[in-house]
Amino acid sequence: MSAAVTTMTYAQAACLALQEAMRADPNVIAIGEDLGRGGIFGQYRGLPQEFGPGRIIDTPISESTIMGAAVGMALAGLRPVVEMRVVDFALCAIDELVNQAAKNRFMFGGQGRVPLVARMPIGLWSASAAQHSQSLEAWFAHIPGLVVATPSTPADNYGLLKASLASGDPVVYMEHKELWGIEGEVEPGATVPLGKARVAHVGRDLTIVSWSRSMHDCMAAIPLLEKERYSIELVDLRTIWPWDREGVLESCAKTGQLMVVHEAVQAGGFGAEIAASVAEELGIRVKRLGAPRIPAGYSQPLEDESRIGAAKIVAAAKSFLG
Amino acid sequence: MARIRAFENAAEVASQGGVQAWGLSASSTPALVRGPLHLSTGQEAVATGVCANLFREDLLTSTHRGHGHTLAKGADLNRMMCELFGRSTGYNRGKGGSMHIADFSVGMLGANGVVAAGIPIAVGAAHALKLQKKPHIVACFFGDGAVNRGPFLEGLNWAGVYRLPVLFICEDNRISATTPTGPMTAGDGASARAKSMGLRCEQVDGNDVIAVEGVAGELADWVRHGNGPAFLHAVTYRFKGHVSVDPGAYRDAKEVEQALANDPLRLARTALLEAGEPAASIDAIEAAARIEVEVALAIAKSSPWPDPSTAYEDVMDTGKGQWR
Repeated sequence: MSAAVTTMTYAQAACLALQEAMRADPNVIAIGEDLGRGGIFGQYRGLPQEFGPGRIIDTPISESTIMGAAVGMALAGLRPVVEMRVVDFALCAIDELVNQAAKNRFMFGGQGRVPLVARMPIGLWSASAAQHSQSLEAWFAHIPGLVVATPSTPADNYGLLKASLASGDPVVYMEHKELWGIEGEVEPGATVPLGKARVAHVGRDLTIVSWSRSMHDCMAAIPLLEKERYSIELVDLRTIWPWDREGVLESCAKTGQLMVVHEAVQAGGFGAEIAASVAEELGIRVKRLGAPRIPAGYSQPLEDESRIGAAKIVAAAKSFLG
Repeated sequence: MARIRAFENAAEVASQGGVQAWGLSASSTPALVRGPLHLSTGQEAVATGVCANLFREDLLTSTHRGHGHTLAKGADLNRMMCELFGRSTGYNRGKGGSMHIADFSVGMLGANGVVAAGIPIAVGAAHALKLQKKPHIVACFFGDGAVNRGPFLEGLNWAGVYRLPVLFICEDNRISATTPTGPMTAGDGASARAKSMGLRCEQVDGNDVIAVEGVAGELADWVRHGNGPAFLHAVTYRFKGHVSVDPGAYRDAKEVEQALANDPLRLARTALLEAGEPAASIDAIEAAARIEVEVALAIAKSSPWPDPSTAYEDVMDTGKGQWR
């Protein structure tokens, strides 16, 4: 019984997903700084009015306790959505997420569950410099017990957030700060399973795997590469853990070559995991393109060094394909 | 108290040779209780006195030194010992051991390997109880070392802001691992910090079980009646080292001697005798505790090890099976 397909922004799609979940289950609540005004990116707009301060909860600037309290709330039967504002601030809540939320179920032998969704927006955004610009998805992919989701479109932000809220596992949910305003079609009621990639463009010479904002750079690069007669298959990974191994391998088996593109620092990035896995399985050529291992700079020419962008993707693909 | 003391004594013996630290090497025969074992010997009156005021549905968060809290909240001693022995019959099916001892079925939400980490969890559980309009409270135990960690400030503030039903218990054994806490703490310490955030705060001799029971009872009632959080500062002493294989030789001998004279079990015995309780009945309680622990040891020793395949259970549901 899905409602009509509607055009909305990435932020509105998340709002809709949370609104539906909160209407369906009184145990779903949201906690974080500035939520009472709809969140600093408007990703909770309208929800404080509908659900009140008991379910959209404004908190002190206490990231450790926002995350830690969410663990306690989850153990006591709630399904908290945790807002960290930006992933850089979530680093103040690492113990609560990594040592507590992620390990609780295992460590206590399955006595409890921690169904929380920790939203921690990632990425370069509005000249925000070194402490408001990071993409740290690989850190969390490394931690057993955590799901990591990185939606790139309004439809996926709607569908993946709903799937995350329903999963019962602790989820690190990473929206990209430069995507809040992008518009796209969303079909209310549609589901996007966690762990399932999406083929965004069909091709035969090279598989590009990407996610989050870099997907848009890749989409911009494809026509430029096609002009030069390269046929590209673009896969949006969507979920970093569990990542869609089968889907990626299937595409790579077809094209015979893989390039992974992400905004995060290339060294130790999740692209390395994908490239290594594909090389082990298929023995094909692999290539990575991520940011250099430098903090994001403030000034435009400095920040640009950390940005990937279509031109760098085209250049890397051409040099890789020869 | 007698059961906690008997449990700790037995676990201590079973742990010898379990950890390489303090210049000791691991024994050639593996210890029955492996890994760091943090004993609460000497601190029994705090757990007992506080938990005497809790209902089964009340919740509790604990520290790395959590056996006493777990037993006092009503957990099964046999299953606790099985967990320390790493057996599949333990509370956590051998996945947590001493440092993560827990019995969610009696509201004991877990010991914790990270100092002060239970505070935000307790506060969140209390927040949930308040939102759910339940009549229960959360007892949040932590040590004196925890007052120097950020979550202590954040958690107390949070509990005060939302007027949550939490009873904070600072179980002050005066030492942070191997370092005396006093010189490491600016200002007037735990109670002063709690008071500065508007919490009702009481201090008590943590070795006097009757006193702890009384003050904790008043505070628990106050919390239960919706007055917001309260803070109990219970001063006690850790008889043993930081972990069971640590001889604690860094402590002043006189201080230890004085503390041993203040043994909470001895104080309780004296009080009972003065109240007319026959010595024989106190002896019988202690003997029964020792027998209960002997049985637990026998059960734990003969219990099965976890099947290695269970290492892959209860990790997560999403992507289950994708281990690499």
